[in-house]
Amino acid sequence: MLLIHCPYCGELRDEQEYRYAGEAFIQRPGLACTDEQWGDYVFNRTNPKGKTVEQWAHAAGCRKLFVVERNNVTNEIYAVRTFESYKEQA
Amino acid sequence: MKYSWLEVFKAGLSGQKQWPAAWPEVSPKAAYDVIIVGGGGHGLATAYYLARDFPGTRVAVVEKGWIGGGNTGRNTTIVRSNYLWDEATNLYEHSLKLWEGLSADLNFNVMFSQRGVYNLGHTLQDMRDIERRVNANMLNGVDAEVVSAAELKERIPILETGKHVRYPVMGASCQPRAGVARHDAVAWGFARAAAKHGVDIIQNCEVQAMDIEAGQIKGLQTSRGYLKADRVGCVTAGHSSVLATMAGIRLPVESHPLQAFVSEPMKPVLHTVVMSNAVHGYVSQSDKGDLVIGAGIDSYTGYSQRGSPHLIDHCASAMIELFPIFSRVRLNRQWGGIVDVCPDACPIISPIPQVQGLYFNCGWGTGGFKATPGSGHVFAHTIGQDQPHPLALPFHIDRFTTGALIDEHGAAGVAH
Repeated sequence: MLLIHCPYCGELRDEQEYRYAGEAFIQRPGLACTDEQWGDYVFNRTNPKGKTVEQWAHAAGCRKLFVVERNNVTNEIYAVRTFESYKEQA
Repeated sequence: MKYSWLEVFKAGLSGQKQWPAAWPEVSPKAAYDVIIVGGGGHGLATAYYLARDFPGTRVAVVEKGWIGGGNTGRNTTIVRSNYLWDEATNLYEHSLKLWEGLSADLNFNVMFSQRGVYNLGHTLQDMRDIERRVNANMLNGVDAEVVSAAELKERIPILETGKHVRYPVMGASCQPRAGVARHDAVAWGFARAAAKHGVDIIQNCEVQAMDIEAGQIKGLQTSRGYLKADRVGCVTAGHSSVLATMAGIRLPVESHPLQAFVSEPMKPVLHTVVMSNAVHGYVSQSDKGDLVIGAGIDSYTGYSQRGSPHLIDHCASAMIELFPIFSRVRLNRQWGGIVDVCPDACPIISPIPQVQGLYFNCGWGTGGFKATPGSGHVFAHTIGQDQPHPLALPFHIDRFTTGALIDEHGAAGVAH
């Protein structure tokens, strides 16, 4: 069972309160893209072994989406961050 | 040696201690025509059919662990072909037909037991879907029937078919030719038969990098040295994306833990396989006597080979509601395997357009075991002839560009 800290609620809650929402920061291509680029955007995933940067939604809480940086082999959670914090960093 | 009752008798005279190794331990040679990465059932089957149907091809299987130590040994051993769409049904039915002659073909008892598989329906919509799927199956020449709740109770007396449960059983589909097989025996049988046809089976040999020059595969850097090959077939299930990254490509798969568990061994109590998509679980009883129960995948991606306990809890609750008689059965072991799930719940059996000589057989998700011989057979022909086998053609990786997906998620996917 993963224990995830919600950056909005400020609570450490168990995984069942959350909904996994896939790889984070996938860039949508422009309208002029080719079929290959569109297929790559819709279907292909990096699916790394080790550190992942992924989205979770606090489905049974504040319902907000945020980012979890996790090691998907050991399940260690390195960081939980809001999308805004990445923007500030950039 | 050809295994036979006579050999068993002769070995019995010396206490069954004189058996030779099923396949030889070999050191890697410098070059092969085809290297199969991944010594699971699918990889070994690919190597076997390549060596058998394309004589003279120098084939090696490289496996980072040991034969039978991967997902082949972690699945719940169910074999069936009652899928909805023509493309999927044809592929799985091809496989089921190979299963039916597999023990004789391999000269190895894979303990394939056609004890039938029941897919339960719990709602009116479930029953409509079941009728549709049964009709589709019959049109495709696959044995299938709709079974009423009353008939189910006759056939499986320990199944709870009463009205007072949370999700009452309204009926089921049944595929009588479906069943289970001994998963380890499948790996060992294919390994032995492949080795007999000259395949080198190289264990403890992990692929570390791919040597690709000008869009053509040249060889593999492994933990046991460099191996030269013009053609490489990757059959590494949950780790397919790891191999894809070495080739500089991305695949439309995501890896998830899939959990299963077995009970303590018991006397025979369940003679068939029962699956339910709606309450999510499936159960059969192995020849050893333990109940083999499969749960769903964890929602998050990962390679941790354990998964979260609430899935086991959910599945066990469903099992106990379906089979109240199991409520005091103790569980022996629980584990998770890493499965590579495709967006359409169908596999990818395909050459890789970006790299000449590179092929992937992956994306089987939660239900690859049933396809082991068929998958190996069509993949071997895809590699051997350098063009997709007709049954593999719809499973080309191009479908994620063209959009011609084979959506088995809603139909026969989910539970395997």
